Amino acid sequence: MAHLDTRAKLAILADAAKYDASCASSGTAKRNSVGGKGLGSTEGSGICHSYAPDGRCISLLKILLTNSCIFDCHYCINRRSSNVRRAKFTVDEVVRLTLSFYKRNYIEGLFLSSGIIGSSNYTMEAMVRVARTLRLDHDFRGYIHLKSIPDADPALLDQAALYADRLSINVELPTVEGLGKLAPEKDAVRIRTAMSGLKAGIAENKEARAKYRSAPKFAPAGQSTQMIVGADAADDSAVVASASSLYGKFGLRRVYYSAFSPIPDASAVLPLVQPPLMREHRLYQADWLMRFYGFGVAEVQGATDDGMLPLDIDPKTAWALKHREQFPMDVNLAPREHLLRVPGLGVKAVNAVLRARRQRRLSLADIGRLTRGIEKLRPFLIASDWRPVALAERDDLRPRLVKAERSQLELFG
Amino acid sequence: MPTVTLAAPDDFDGWRDAARALVAGSVPPSQVTWTVAGEAGDLLGGDSALPPATAPSFSVPKAFIDMARRVVCNAEPERFALLHAALAQLRTRPKLLEDTADRLVNRLYLLDKGVRRDVHKMRAFVRFREVEDPGLPYGDERFAAWFEPEHHIVRLNAGFFVRRFAQMRWSILTPEQCVHWDTQELSFTPGAVKADAPDGDPIEATWKTYYAHIFNPARLKVNAMTKEMPKKYWKNLPEASLIPDLIAGAAERTRGMIATPSRDAAPAGAIAELRAEAAVCTRCALYGPATQTVFGEGPADARLMFVGEQPGDQEDLAGRPFIGPAGQVFDRALAAAGIERSSTYVTNAVKHFKFEPRGKRRIHAKPGTAEIDACRWWVDNERLAIKPAVTVALGATAARSLTGKTVTISKERGRPLPLPDGSELWITVHPSFLLRIEDRTQAEAEFERFVADLQAIRERVAALA
Repeated sequence: MAHLDTRAKLAILADAAKYDASCASSGTAKRNSVGGKGLGSTEGSGICHSYAPDGRCISLLKILLTNSCIFDCHYCINRRSSNVRRAKFTVDEVVRLTLSFYKRNYIEGLFLSSGIIGSSNYTMEAMVRVARTLRLDHDFRGYIHLKSIPDADPALLDQAALYADRLSINVELPTVEGLGKLAPEKDAVRIRTAMSGLKAGIAENKEARAKYRSAPKFAPAGQSTQMIVGADAADDSAVVASASSLYGKFGLRRVYYSAFSPIPDASAVLPLVQPPLMREHRLYQADWLMRFYGFGVAEVQGATDDGMLPLDIDPKTAWALKHREQFPMDVNLAPREHLLRVPGLGVKAVNAVLRARRQRRLSLADIGRLTRGIEKLRPFLIASDWRPVALAERDDLRPRLVKAERSQLELFG
Repeated sequence: MPTVTLAAPDDFDGWRDAARALVAGSVPPSQVTWTVAGEAGDLLGGDSALPPATAPSFSVPKAFIDMARRVVCNAEPERFALLHAALAQLRTRPKLLEDTADRLVNRLYLLDKGVRRDVHKMRAFVRFREVEDPGLPYGDERFAAWFEPEHHIVRLNAGFFVRRFAQMRWSILTPEQCVHWDTQELSFTPGAVKADAPDGDPIEATWKTYYAHIFNPARLKVNAMTKEMPKKYWKNLPEASLIPDLIAGAAERTRGMIATPSRDAAPAGAIAELRAEAAVCTRCALYGPATQTVFGEGPADARLMFVGEQPGDQEDLAGRPFIGPAGQVFDRALAAAGIERSSTYVTNAVKHFKFEPRGKRRIHAKPGTAEIDACRWWVDNERLAIKPAVTVALGATAARSLTGKTVTISKERGRPLPLPDGSELWITVHPSFLLRIEDRTQAEAEFERFVADLQAIRERVAALA
């Protein structure tokens, strides 16, 4: 291999990481560097230090340790048969890059992933070494996210969890069949076994820490996963069902959806058309409905048209339009779980409504002050000075709501 | 009309003392003028008679104090009066703050939100640059940043940077106030100008490399970016200078990504295209010293494909495989086995000559696994294009390329091995191995064995037809 300097490697290994959507740096234990020897802090919510022109937050130095890989997964730019330039960082190079970027306040920490070289264990070991060097040799207290290699020895994953804030294992595709077709060398069972191993480790550690405060923290920001949407035939119903089962089984903090992105030198098995980015956005909204709004999987699936979430309106509005009989709801009377189902009322606004209405009755203008606007809300709400008799009965509600929703620039829709 | 003059724009303690006295003295908020020392309103003057501080103190919810501490830092001139009005109402309506739909509470909530957003943006967008400081012992680092906050948040936000960079010596310069940390103590100095801050840092080039490469041009979403990173911040973010070009080039790059032909199923006739592409291959470092890429040759519909190790000195100059001494042995063995070389496809596992210069000569050097793996892409695609019924690995390097693992030739020769595409792999020695045997009888015996392997292969190809 050619000898590349760190910057040339960074170009190759950041390029290789740009297809991965997740970049969160939140939800971990509070730490700071006061009284320590190194640097870094985490204060619960992560910080996006920059934004790329693709609208994604740059919070962590997200790179691959190497983009060489013994696997040949069709959707992946780094697959063995792909014609990309290869590079490999040394442990020391990653450590130095992380620290020098962190000192300049460019990043919250490191998100390290890797192609598999040699063996799964060899690769995982190298990743653990990066995290351990940062934590032990440099007393680094910023955020570390490691993408685990599912085939690696569970003992290595346990070690990783001691140094990393978050671990993630990609399920890659929403269905086992999709994985079989597009990533024939990856094993769905092993991926899931690794996830349940992590779940058990996190739970055990929680117990240990309840008893002994000195027990070392184990992946304090939990585990997450990512699935690619639009590379196989799975529809949105299948995707949300898969996500919900992952949340339930493995106690995941997040499921990331990544719209399949065209990659140079793509495999012939893949579609050349890109699924609309809006589909990814709608899936995230559906995910929120399940996690924060009390929607069941079946209800989200009920909001789809033949398995696909509508692209022109958000899933909550789609659900509401199919359940017109439950609206309008009275802001001054409806219980919390009902208010959460009103399109345009977020969790924060609902909580504010509940607090405020203990003191007085709320008008439409009051609701306007708590939300982004009342245009979308009008047909669904009753307030002290508002009753949407005519609007709620209208048949052409949908086109009116599409207009109300802020349209988003889609260049490659 | 009472006028209260506060010591600084973010003087929370001053506001609290004055407001407490005013509310205790029942002075209506509408009758009080709030000013900050040194700001324009200060000049108008007025009687700054506050009621005597003898009035009994009263308690307010902690949430209000926390919010007021932030709201005071907002640049809105009305902030002190609005807070004063809320404080006055709190005496009779202690749950006032819970009604965020209330006009006054909502106004304060929005001011608070503005400050919190500004605080967050400062934490995100401060960019430290390393400062040369000859006064320091070698190895000590010192950093400085220039930032332009919207509100008076420097003091409010200093703790965050202390907690994060506790062991680092740093300064943040802003137009209104500067803050410094020497690893022990915080200090504040008056405002500065941008020229006072360092204007570059060697690591910035590396950061920009990262920024340019983590961007996926197939997902351009300019609105989403500018919503979170408004243009007003761009001028102090080193990476922002790349944005216009990245946006401008995105559509073209995406088209390029999609237009790149799929390689997994190279169509018939693709071998010529592969050859043209391979001519400019830079997948490993061998392309540097070599003369040219030596690609495979033979008919596109060959049933039999030979894979050797790598081109030698003569092949490197001629650009054709197997024409040197080993090629001549190979030709002789093929003839003895009854195989027409012109009906087969002959190529190498590694397409560039690897050598060590010694005096005027170039001594053959064995390719490493990294080079074999880098070049395997070409071999795989040659096989996809030619679709031979039988592929023959000549020697260990070729066997490694075709199987992905290290193979003992003596164990595997003389029988077919299945390849993933259903075709067959045969493994035998490399002709150059025969050249290196010094004992004549032994050399002849090995040559016969090689010919026997080739004969078996010829029969197998015929049987598969």
